[in-house]
Amino acid sequence: MKNKKVYEEKFFRVLMLLSTLIIATALVLIIFSVLYKGFPALSWEMLTQVPKGGFYFGREGGILNAIVGSVYLSTGATVLAISIGLPLALYMNIHLVRKGKLVNILRFILDLLWGVPSIVYGAFGFAVMIYFGVRVSLLAGTITVTLFIIPIMVRAMDEVLKSVPVGLLESSLSLGSTRAETAYRVFFRQCLPGLSTAVLLSFGRAIGDAASILFTAGFTDYIPTSLSQPTATLPLSIFFQLSSPIPQVQERAYASAVVLIIIILLTSTLSRMFSSKYQNNKINF
Amino acid sequence: MDKAKIEIENLNLYFGKQQILKNVCAVIPENKITVIMGPSGCGKTTLMKSLNRLTDLNPEAKVSGRILIDGLDILHTDKNIALIRKKMGLLAQRPYPLPMNIYNNIAYGLRISGRRKKRFLDKRVEHYLRQASLWEEVKDRLKEPAGKLSIGQQQRLCLARGLAVDPDIILADEPTSALDPISSQVIEGKFNELKNNYTIVLVTHILRQAKRLADYVIFMYMGEVIEQGSAHEIFDNPQQQMTKDYLKGIFY
Repeated sequence: MKNKKVYEEKFFRVLMLLSTLIIATALVLIIFSVLYKGFPALSWEMLTQVPKGGFYFGREGGILNAIVGSVYLSTGATVLAISIGLPLALYMNIHLVRKGKLVNILRFILDLLWGVPSIVYGAFGFAVMIYFGVRVSLLAGTITVTLFIIPIMVRAMDEVLKSVPVGLLESSLSLGSTRAETAYRVFFRQCLPGLSTAVLLSFGRAIGDAASILFTAGFTDYIPTSLSQPTATLPLSIFFQLSSPIPQVQERAYASAVVLIIIILLTSTLSRMFSSKYQNNKINF
Repeated sequence: MDKAKIEIENLNLYFGKQQILKNVCAVIPENKITVIMGPSGCGKTTLMKSLNRLTDLNPEAKVSGRILIDGLDILHTDKNIALIRKKMGLLAQRPYPLPMNIYNNIAYGLRISGRRKKRFLDKRVEHYLRQASLWEEVKDRLKEPAGKLSIGQQQRLCLARGLAVDPDIILADEPTSALDPISSQVIEGKFNELKNNYTIVLVTHILRQAKRLADYVIFMYMGEVIEQGSAHEIFDNPQQQMTKDYLKGIFY
């Protein structure tokens, strides 16, 4: 009997170790192959110039258009999504606390939207653009990406807010706070670390997604100077330039991949530093 | 009979189909400690929470009847519920400090009612921390997060925070159940001082605590008020068989 338990324990330990190894190897391989091909391509010119002679054929120039375009687009989309998503998540968990059914329906719809592939958002955005006669532009791309990340952000925030014990809500209300005060002064602070993780997750999805901006933001050699101009982005910079037969153009694709990875690493480190600063006040219930 | 602060008339409360409170009628006198006692699950906490309408938060709760506080029926009033709740400080089974530093935990209630002058806040914070016997322990670390305090200190912080919004009534739901004996003693001692200025409603299942503190007792069983009266009447000369059994420890 004792032996059986020992073997069982061993079996599952080996199983878990194997799964961990598979994941870790995959991650290392992906990062290594991107860095291996991308790092040699990174140069000062690559980071500070726009492509010359067209992004598909021109051998000269860099990816500044895609870097700046991606930062514009995903920052804009994240800010828009926060200003819609945060109030919604707080509203669901504080004002609608009596309407359990409604909140569950909302959660279900958001989960469905989360599951919709980003190309469908792209197609939807495109259809709306045609209806209003709008051309591919930074604005159209930003709005489409906002729609795409709102469900992700709201549900991630919702999971964090859900874990706050009802006692804190009761305490805050018995001090005479309104629900809005409870939401923005108490729950917001209690959940700040988790909320910023939700924002980061959404930013990561926004900057990494190619399909939703394919028809809506377009691609261009230049840095947009207004919201109505099309914009290049890092994921599409990979998509369009990797398929080129010209090695110098392919290099730009790999460089874009490296820059994309670095941006995501940087934001996640920064947001962790930011949130651990506010972790202090969080009460561990 | 002392002057009534809270009068509960025919209060019925359902969670879904289950009836939690059955036709509860009770009177809670002013500036006394009223102990609601009874075995677990008898509706003590629910009765207490319906006094400041925290039962509103439960999606399934349906309430009927009247609860008069200073003559105002709080179940049927247009008055802002936040203002009604402000009149009642709540001390829960375990402390729920706000996610901010010690100072701001006390100042929060004052700030949301519009008091923002720093000198005024400083004075009030010290005053209420002293009232809750916490000042000496925290005066050098007011800027530290409240979560760093021990559970006993947190509970006293919650008491101070509740007092700071200047309530008339203190609702305490087994406030010492998560505390060590020393912190419990401090809280109990505080209640005996505070009852001169506040109406205190204390829910407890600790019979000895009830005997130590109560001026007035409401004994509940299965959602009904079995017997109520002054502590002297209930503890020394109970009329109902159930109360007698409970006091002897026959059922729990």
